[in-house]
Amino acid sequence: MKKLFLATTALLAFTLSAEAKATLTIYTYESFISEWGPGAKIKANFEKSCECTVNYVGLGDGVAMLNRVKLEAQNTEADVVLGLDTNLTAEAAATGLFAEHKQDASKAKTPLPWADPLFLPFDYAHFAIVYDTEKLPTPPASLKELVEGGGDAKIILQDPRSSTPGLGFLLWMKKVYGDGAADAWKKLKPRILTTTPGWSEAYALFTKGEAAMVFSYTTSPAYHVIAENSARYKATTFSEGHYLQVEVAGVIKGSPEEELGRKFLAFMLEPGFQDEIPQGNWMLPAGKTSTPLPAAFNELVKPETTLLYSPEEVAQNRRAWIDEWLNSQTQ
Amino acid sequence: MKHTGAKITLALIACAIFAGLLPVAWLGLGEGEKALDAYTLRVIAFTLWQALLSTAISALLGVAAAFALARRQFWGRAVLVRLLALPMALPAIVVVLGIIGIFGAEGPLAGLLPLYGLTGILLAHVFFNAPLVARLTLSALGTIPPEQLRLAAQLGFSDGAHLRHVDWPVLRQALPGALLLVFLLCAASFTIVLTLGGGPQATTLEVAIYQALRFDFDPARATLLALVQIVLCGLLGLGVLRFSSPIQAQDALRLARHRYDGQSMTARLQDILFISLLVVLLLPPLAALVASGIMSLSIQTAFFTALATSLVLASATAIFACTLAWVMATGPARVSTLASQAGLILPPAVIATGWFILASKGPGLSPVALPLIAALNSLMALPFAYGALAPALRRLLKSHDRLCDSLEISGWNRLRRIDLPSAKAPLSLGLAMAALVSLGDLSAILFFGSGQYVTLPALIYQQMGSYRMEGAMGTALILALLSFTLLWAAERGSERHA
Repeated sequence: MKKLFLATTALLAFTLSAEAKATLTIYTYESFISEWGPGAKIKANFEKSCECTVNYVGLGDGVAMLNRVKLEAQNTEADVVLGLDTNLTAEAAATGLFAEHKQDASKAKTPLPWADPLFLPFDYAHFAIVYDTEKLPTPPASLKELVEGGGDAKIILQDPRSSTPGLGFLLWMKKVYGDGAADAWKKLKPRILTTTPGWSEAYALFTKGEAAMVFSYTTSPAYHVIAENSARYKATTFSEGHYLQVEVAGVIKGSPEEELGRKFLAFMLEPGFQDEIPQGNWMLPAGKTSTPLPAAFNELVKPETTLLYSPEEVAQNRRAWIDEWLNSQTQ
Repeated sequence: MKHTGAKITLALIACAIFAGLLPVAWLGLGEGEKALDAYTLRVIAFTLWQALLSTAISALLGVAAAFALARRQFWGRAVLVRLLALPMALPAIVVVLGIIGIFGAEGPLAGLLPLYGLTGILLAHVFFNAPLVARLTLSALGTIPPEQLRLAAQLGFSDGAHLRHVDWPVLRQALPGALLLVFLLCAASFTIVLTLGGGPQATTLEVAIYQALRFDFDPARATLLALVQIVLCGLLGLGVLRFSSPIQAQDALRLARHRYDGQSMTARLQDILFISLLVVLLLPPLAALVASGIMSLSIQTAFFTALATSLVLASATAIFACTLAWVMATGPARVSTLASQAGLILPPAVIATGWFILASKGPGLSPVALPLIAALNSLMALPFAYGALAPALRRLLKSHDRLCDSLEISGWNRLRRIDLPSAKAPLSLGLAMAALVSLGDLSAILFFGSGQYVTLPALIYQQMGSYRMEGAMGTALILALLSFTLLWAAERGSERHA
């Protein structure tokens, strides 16, 4: 009888723990959880140790995620938001919806030391002009050469009103030219083939051979080397330095799984997460990987100078700077 | 009570629109924003100008090609007719890449046209819409009673007289709606205008609304811009529809179609010219798509799930949109035609945001995600379903009215035995077109899909987003083949009957 009782309690406890298994809901961008993204493996790796189920909700991009959280406010289903970038964190912090991550931020390996108490990075890459070596043997060596050098090779850019890389290039121009940015944009205009709504359209046009240059990341050539065994597309090094994109995650304040969310953020800098980043997201890992990166990543452009506005500066000035760009391009 | 069903449907559409706009307006209430600044005015001017040009060219080419297709029999005609509606199912970026494959830097016709700027925008818009106008016009011409055609031939009508007395009454009913549809499609163009426009000087109101709703997260401004779009398009719609005429009842014996006009040399040359133009416009970009897609057909599990999701949504959309269109076709003509365009007048992004706010106050998104996608797709497909179905159906219903009244057939019996069988042709075209809109949709699926539901166009974007540009073209090719099969089936169903 006693044995039966024990067995029943054990069974009951087992069922209860199975039922009580927590669910961690993560908002992220869709390409993170697509068949080719790192999401599925990261989920499996985290579930091995967390006694929980990871549930992804895929949205268009960082901006779409932030808007979704703003719309839902306190009722959000998210426990963790994964995939905002530093241009969005000031606005995200201002919503008051994010909790402190309480991790040792110095563990994050980013080109600039990390100190944000709310958001923790998981990967990064510098923006770069990627060029077609068959069309352009000697690419510009600086942003100034691209803008003022007067070559006739064209570049495809993204629209800063609808695309995060597009905003990245706008900020890069502003960082290098400051108050002269509007004039610089006017000088650059004849070299711009077109401005697409997003990165995908620009890159598709570029690989179709429409232009010799496209705005993308220092990491883009690694994809072509590893997946296509092609060294045709390379990234340029610009002497002024390169603008940085850091992708971050944060925990929702007061969510039922706030603590589990913090555990996920800690896991984010571990090899179980970071190993999937280079060839899943084609970005550089912001934490330890268990093995060195594939050789193709060692041959990438490594900018000596990193350019970055603080999230607050971006939040304050973005609209004015976009208007400045609009006026320079439409007159 | 007259038109009860139609009134209920109209009310339903009004509710759907307000459920989209009001929550967004409410969010932005009291924020107060600078309204019509110089930038917005410039954007409005450009939106209207490019849409007007695109519509004019599409209309000219489309109507002329429709007459040629109606008058001539030639090898490959059936395939050409089925290809007319195909571009609708292709995501804009796929069409842009097809056009680039021909006119782009590495295409066979490189340098023939300046691709980036107004020319490129017009080319892509005409590629999408001239075939659409041709298809809708052809469908309208098909409703002319055969005995009228024979009578005209016996009376020895000149081509001009034939156009005036036989074709024009039919065109007057179908064309204003079709042209309004094309105008609104071009006015709401986003990816094509930005990608081929060359820079932000080419910006539509839709882009400005998207910007306000996304990066700026400024619901007040988004509402304001959406209202501007509603007022402009609404006024324009009312203006255009004033030209449409009331339906004449015609008792038609069902006879084989044959047109006797267009025998003169000029008419023959003109028809050859416009059919050639249509072929030259339509085929090369599609061929470029086939060429780049066929090399990279890779079929993974993600593909089958996407295919299944696409098919489920397309079927639901087709049935729902055509039911709405059918009921509206029994209602007041001008109001219904204008209301059918609601999903084009108000940007899907605004409707989606409003619906999302309501859903998140209620059950949350996940349980209602699929129905919401189907509902938004139906609203977007309604103009097409209505354009294909309503003009023909109105004539049919009117011609059945007297007979049915005298025989006292009504309700379900009349629908099943009289109206449905005789409306098979326009109905199958309407179903196919609505399904194509859903097959090609990106806005609803990206907003409500949450990564849980992935359709073929969403898969194309996922592939492009992870550098797999060629795989994306493979998926696009399958989407095109699927759409073509669907159109084939729809046209076969309608031809067998007619």
